[in-house]
Amino acid sequence: MSDLSIEDSSSKVVRARRTRAFDAALLTLLMLAVWQAIGVWTKGVAISPPSQTVAYLFDLLRTPMFWDHGAATMYAFLLAFLLSSLMGLLLGLIFGLHRFTGEVAEPILAGFYTIPKVTLYPVVLLLFGLGMSAKVAFGVMHGLVPMTLFTLGAVRGLSPVLIRTAKVLRLSPARTMLWVLLPACLPDVINGLRISFSLTMLGVLIGEMFSSQRGLGFLLVNGMAQHNVPLSTAVVLIIVVVSIATNTLMLRLGRLTSHRTN
Amino acid sequence: MKRRRAVLLVRIAVLAGLVLLLEICCRAGIIDPLTVIPPSDMVASMIEQVSSGELDEGIIQTFSTIALAFVLAVGLGTFGGVLLHRWSRLRDIVDPLLASYYSVPTFIFYPLLVALLGLGKAPLVSLGVLSAAPAVVIGTLSGLDGVSPVLLKLARVQRLGPARTLWWIVLPDALPRLFSGFKLALSYALIGVIAGEFILSGTGLGYSISYAYQSFDNRGMYGLMLFVLLVAVIANGILYVGEGRLARRRSTG
Amino acid sequence: MSETAGQDQSHVSLSGVVRNYEGPPVVHALGPIDLQIRCGEFFSVVGPSGCGKSTLLDVLSGLVRPSSGTVCFEGKELHGEVPEGVGVVFQEDSSMRWLNVRQNVAFGLRTSSLSKKEIAERVEHAIRFMGLVQFADHYPAQLSGGMRQRVCIARTLVLRPRLILLDEPFGALDQQTRLLMGDELLRLWRETGATVVLITHALDEAAMLSDRVGVMSARPGRFIDMVETGWPRDRDSRIVSDPNFGTLTARLWSSLRAESLKIMGRVA
Repeated sequence: MSDLSIEDSSSKVVRARRTRAFDAALLTLLMLAVWQAIGVWTKGVAISPPSQTVAYLFDLLRTPMFWDHGAATMYAFLLAFLLSSLMGLLLGLIFGLHRFTGEVAEPILAGFYTIPKVTLYPVVLLLFGLGMSAKVAFGVMHGLVPMTLFTLGAVRGLSPVLIRTAKVLRLSPARTMLWVLLPACLPDVINGLRISFSLTMLGVLIGEMFSSQRGLGFLLVNGMAQHNVPLSTAVVLIIVVVSIATNTLMLRLGRLTSHRTN
Repeated sequence: MKRRRAVLLVRIAVLAGLVLLLEICCRAGIIDPLTVIPPSDMVASMIEQVSSGELDEGIIQTFSTIALAFVLAVGLGTFGGVLLHRWSRLRDIVDPLLASYYSVPTFIFYPLLVALLGLGKAPLVSLGVLSAAPAVVIGTLSGLDGVSPVLLKLARVQRLGPARTLWWIVLPDALPRLFSGFKLALSYALIGVIAGEFILSGTGLGYSISYAYQSFDNRGMYGLMLFVLLVAVIANGILYVGEGRLARRRSTG
Repeated sequence: MSETAGQDQSHVSLSGVVRNYEGPPVVHALGPIDLQIRCGEFFSVVGPSGCGKSTLLDVLSGLVRPSSGTVCFEGKELHGEVPEGVGVVFQEDSSMRWLNVRQNVAFGLRTSSLSKKEIAERVEHAIRFMGLVQFADHYPAQLSGGMRQRVCIARTLVLRPRLILLDEPFGALDQQTRLLMGDELLRLWRETGATVVLITHALDEAAMLSDRVGVMSARPGRFIDMVETGWPRDRDSRIVSDPNFGTLTARLWSSLRAESLKIMGRVA
């Protein structure tokens, strides 16, 4: 192995970064090209090409109708996410700390995670009727269990020496939880929030597709029903962009808090 | 050993208790029979439909689609994972995409698939593969990454050559993590296909459930739901137990 | 110094202490133990693996209640709670990954009623004492194992404990670092005047550092020998050159060897 001077290694880093940026740009162009190709090949029946979609999107963003639907989705989503993350956090803490209950519950939760929840949609509709509560119920149905499982895992993975340290320092149970357990679990909890975020959104969107006259999910279905291809493509684009953006953001956040761990 | 049995018993008791509670509430009329039917009726309906053979076509349709999607996903996913593992430049670009892949709800592409591939099996299989393959890729990458470097050193000391290193060292060491990927793939393929059938299809069990709901055939619908859920739970359960066995044999904990 | 110090002269005393673990099967882990530790004494415990040394420490600190017998600290009986004035350094790394060194050390004082100024003073003193000044703003993940243990010791220090319990604190470290850490521990002991109880599997460490060494039998652990070292208070690791060091270590090993062979399933 030859010795690298400091200048050599830093220029290598710069070159690597440039290569990565170049590759990323290339990949983006490739994806856009494929999109364009599919759009043109199917003559705009299935999906509208990028240029048309973006143009339509700009017009769409100026209509109050769109923001109406967007707000409906956001409101339902925030409510569902709040519910599923808080309940998931609490349940995960309980199941993680009380070993026996956790062992009993975990396979049941894991099982629920793997079943096609779409089969339960009719039940939710029957129970909640059509509208906002059904949407929120769908969202919570999708987001609660992963949050619980992740929190459970995080708490269980805590080194027991931390709890003994808290005991030696004579901390009250509340302080033990707040000052020791929660900070130690934070990276995993953020991970759970990230997954729960996307799944809750998925649930809310599906709810809007089935049981609502408002929201982005409804717009998507409506666009398809009316053969308004640019509309449905634009909505899909929005959903994809928002999903990826928030996911990346939360990944960064998770990395920030766990840079302190190996 | 005793504790494990205790946990299992409590779990069964809890589930049985919930089912019993539901049964009582339905029979007593606390829950509207138009909304939810008693579990015993659900079981009866399921048995009726299965034994009368009217589900046979749907079963064959749905499960063959799932199986096909699963096999394709495993094949493509493993191949993709190995490829990415070897070609790190490609992997660097694709990594952020993989990390964000599952944050996008795949079903929103389903209508597009139908428009592209027509109604029938193709869009369903594609949806299943799209849902499941990335999980296999991630599992394969994690598996190959996690091969203990000391074992690779051992392979070189024993002069094993690339093929034997792969067969005797890499694959066995990576197996638990690969298996996790496969387990996820099955559950995603199952969810994807049934969701697809439910939303937009003319055949299959997912469609049958949707049809029953829209025809106000609650009894039939619940019977079907129970059947699909049971199959999902059992299939995933088998793989889950297998995964546990694999892990237990190898861990010291 | 007399070995038979009375109850009122001892800092910590165990009387007829037994500790069992519920099974099945029921495991008789420790005892019966009768032990008196004098105020300001440096007492080490050696024994074969699995003999219950860590259980002994749990009982001494109040983390665990004995199945029978009593534990007294400063004349008061312990009832399954850690009393004020006791500090414990665990075998595993108990540093908090999400706090930097300074915050870790200060953590011990979060519940205290001291003024911010006093807390800062104590924290800085502990950091200086344990040689962590350069790393005060680093996170544990960036430090070596030995430094992390120093952080844990510093965190215990700020509370000014009168009894310091250490459970194989240097187990994960290499020999040279262990020797240096031993010197640090002696310095700490002298400056704080605390009573120190050190659990270790290293005979030379026990012989070198302590005023008195207790040798435990295989499980269920009981004391089979008590050895007074007679070292002067201002000792350090160079005591290994003292001729008595060899004699002491030999005596510890002769008591311990038979017990260790028992563990391995062989006869002495």
